[in-house]
Amino acid sequence: MQVKIGTDNWLIKRLLIATPVKYIKRNAGILIGLSAMCIILTLMSPVFFTANNILNVLRQVSSNANIALGMTLVILTGGIDLSVGAVVAIAGTMAAGFIALSGLPVWMALCLGLLIGIAIGCFNGTVIAKTGMPPFIVTMAMLTMARGLVYVYTGGLPIRTLDPIFNKVGSGYLGPIPFPVIYTIILYIAVMILLYRTKLGRHIYAVGGNREAARFSGINIARVEIVVYTIIGFLSAVTGIVLCARMYSGQPTIGNGFELDAIAAVVLGGTSFSGGIGTIGGTIIGVLVIGVLNNGLNLLGVSSFWQLIVKGAVILLAVYIDTLKKKSNKK
Amino acid sequence: MGQIVLTMQNIHKKFPGVYALQGVNFELEYGEVHALLGENGAGKSTLIKILAGIYSADEGKIFLMGQPVKIQNVLQAQAQGISVIHQELCLAPNMTVADNIFLGKEKTDKTGFVHFSKQNRAAQDLLDSFDLAIKASAIVSKLSVAQQQMVEIAKALSIESKIIVMDEPTASLTLKEVEKLFQMIEGLKKKNIAVIYISHRMEELFQVADRVTVLRDGKCISTKETSKTTREELIAMMVGRELQDLYKRTFHPLGDTVLEVHHFKRCHVLHDINFSLKKGEILGVAGLVGSGRTELARAIFGIDPIDDGELLVAGEKAAISSPTDAMGFGIVLVPEDRKGQGLVLVQSVTYNITLTILKQFMKGISIDHQLEKELVNSYIDKLSIKTPTHEQLACNLSGGNQQKIVIAKWLATIPKVLILDEPTRGVDVGAKAELYSIINMLAEQGVGILMISSELPEIIGMSDRVLVMHNGRITGTLTREELDQEVIMHYATGGIQHAS
Repeated sequence: MQVKIGTDNWLIKRLLIATPVKYIKRNAGILIGLSAMCIILTLMSPVFFTANNILNVLRQVSSNANIALGMTLVILTGGIDLSVGAVVAIAGTMAAGFIALSGLPVWMALCLGLLIGIAIGCFNGTVIAKTGMPPFIVTMAMLTMARGLVYVYTGGLPIRTLDPIFNKVGSGYLGPIPFPVIYTIILYIAVMILLYRTKLGRHIYAVGGNREAARFSGINIARVEIVVYTIIGFLSAVTGIVLCARMYSGQPTIGNGFELDAIAAVVLGGTSFSGGIGTIGGTIIGVLVIGVLNNGLNLLGVSSFWQLIVKGAVILLAVYIDTLKKKSNKK
Repeated sequence: MGQIVLTMQNIHKKFPGVYALQGVNFELEYGEVHALLGENGAGKSTLIKILAGIYSADEGKIFLMGQPVKIQNVLQAQAQGISVIHQELCLAPNMTVADNIFLGKEKTDKTGFVHFSKQNRAAQDLLDSFDLAIKASAIVSKLSVAQQQMVEIAKALSIESKIIVMDEPTASLTLKEVEKLFQMIEGLKKKNIAVIYISHRMEELFQVADRVTVLRDGKCISTKETSKTTREELIAMMVGRELQDLYKRTFHPLGDTVLEVHHFKRCHVLHDINFSLKKGEILGVAGLVGSGRTELARAIFGIDPIDDGELLVAGEKAAISSPTDAMGFGIVLVPEDRKGQGLVLVQSVTYNITLTILKQFMKGISIDHQLEKELVNSYIDKLSIKTPTHEQLACNLSGGNQQKIVIAKWLATIPKVLILDEPTRGVDVGAKAELYSIINMLAEQGVGILMISSELPEIIGMSDRVLVMHNGRITGTLTREELDQEVIMHYATGGIQHAS
């Protein structure tokens, strides 16, 4: 009996004390930055620290959060995926199109939309793993092709759908919490289990940390890469469908530039661009930094043109600080 | 002639765990070819790297033409007229010969643009002065390796080098090309340029060098005129080290044959390799760098494909085309490059040790971290790995402990055949002794061990039997009674085994 209490205590300690302490230590720099930003915004804008606005920020960041989640896995293997924005568009517009133009039932349209994302991701991964072409090039080509396909399918015009169930998928609430935020939380839990608890997770770190050592350890590198690109394809598709559902329409230009925000969030979160080092916890903070920054600048009435400049500068500064930190760690 | 161009005095250099140079003195005269000779790890390349400004010495002085100089980086070395031609050539393969020769010091016209025709002419003159049939406008990647080497030499001459260091220049040359290179070296001597020549090939030294300095264990043993010494004397100086009591080997009767290799062939690398390995046997593989030892290990472990041949594990034919296959047959490899191939440095001790055996800890799809931790701690105990916790990152441990992690990672798979490639490279003496007792323990437990090593005392101290390789062939198989450093060196440098 006592032993059992002992293990319970151990588990509680680990969950409530050890893990958060480790988390805060590891991400100290960026967490301080995020907190400072929140405090300043609370002081400068009466609206910022309200439940409404916070939920609003969470809903806004959920798209980038999903994609950054997949991007974390991809960058951990030492790769990159530039095609995510186009996959968002293709999955979203086609799901809308399947309902509005082809008259398919909503559940089937959703499944097909997801399948398209999975197929594109799987294709990316297979080409990268089997041909040895650089991920940058392969996914850039896919970005162009997929975006072209969107324009071909939509004729460059939005596809409207007023289907209430489809719309509910994107704009529903569970209590006060918007559906997209719930999806994101579920996806994060699933991917965290995958990365931290499964064999595949270990192999992802090995492939990015030392590809040669992974090979010498008998790890199937091609399989790891294919799975990782497939996951990001799936996550992009989810994002695209949810966005289109919320807007009652499949916009052909949706998702433009999403890859850049996702990469920025991952890098802000401390993931090494050369692979092998990084955490999902870090990415969450990265996503929040970008989200809070966008929201705060809006609340303060900064023009959207200036926002771009500020965002770029913040990314540059944050990563520079991180680089300095790593250098001093090495010595 | 006879005038001293370079003096290196009392040079000391320590690396973490290794005392690489312990008071080395070295003198070089104008117009001489001076060979540096020594086993791997004797300190040759460290000495050269200090001269070239890649490392700085902890202690000691360098004089150029009698003047004390400080060489802190490669540019300073070049400015002092010291050029090094590394084993791996440093040319930009897609540029022309002339572009390469003047890389970083392009000839420009008054407006600041590169003056290509002037540059080509100057390069061509330089090449012609050695009778090299190389066009200055040729693209480097289209040239043969030997020609590329000559371009490197021409490049060294273009900055008016007084001293040219050649590190294993003939390693990848054919006999004809070697001749050509030697002619060029003769030309250098005529121009009163001093050459430091590093090579493992004994016969070459007598052909090209005027003097030879032997290094061993970071100390300068002797400098001889090549005309007044013999191959045997040089070998004796190179290896003449007392066997220390490092090797606590317990010998015992061997078990059944566990691994047989028949007619292994891989184009240009391995030629008709045959041998067998018994349970509990330590089979040493000796040979010089490039003799095909690592290639043999890679072929057995399924990293490189073989063109022909077959492999038997415990009498059964084993088709191996990937490391996964090899692991399935109980064959594992501790690779020579610990950091590059053995470890994921940015990950923890636990992570590295269990990478190959995660299957054992799976509960459903999830890893049981408690079980994993127990196993890792048992290996930390068994191999006495010195680490604060099992969560320490591998990059923070010493070389010896890193090597133990790589060994633990493979022991965890319970192998039948363990291939060790340079198991004690870059490891200090204390950790070496520990590694040897681990290796001995494994042999006692009946693991068949193939141990590749460039350190002859290690090979002799640990092996039941030794294969000696040269140019991708096994040139000698020696039993424990026949083991002798000079005999091994004889076969390793291409000597032939006489049928007894």
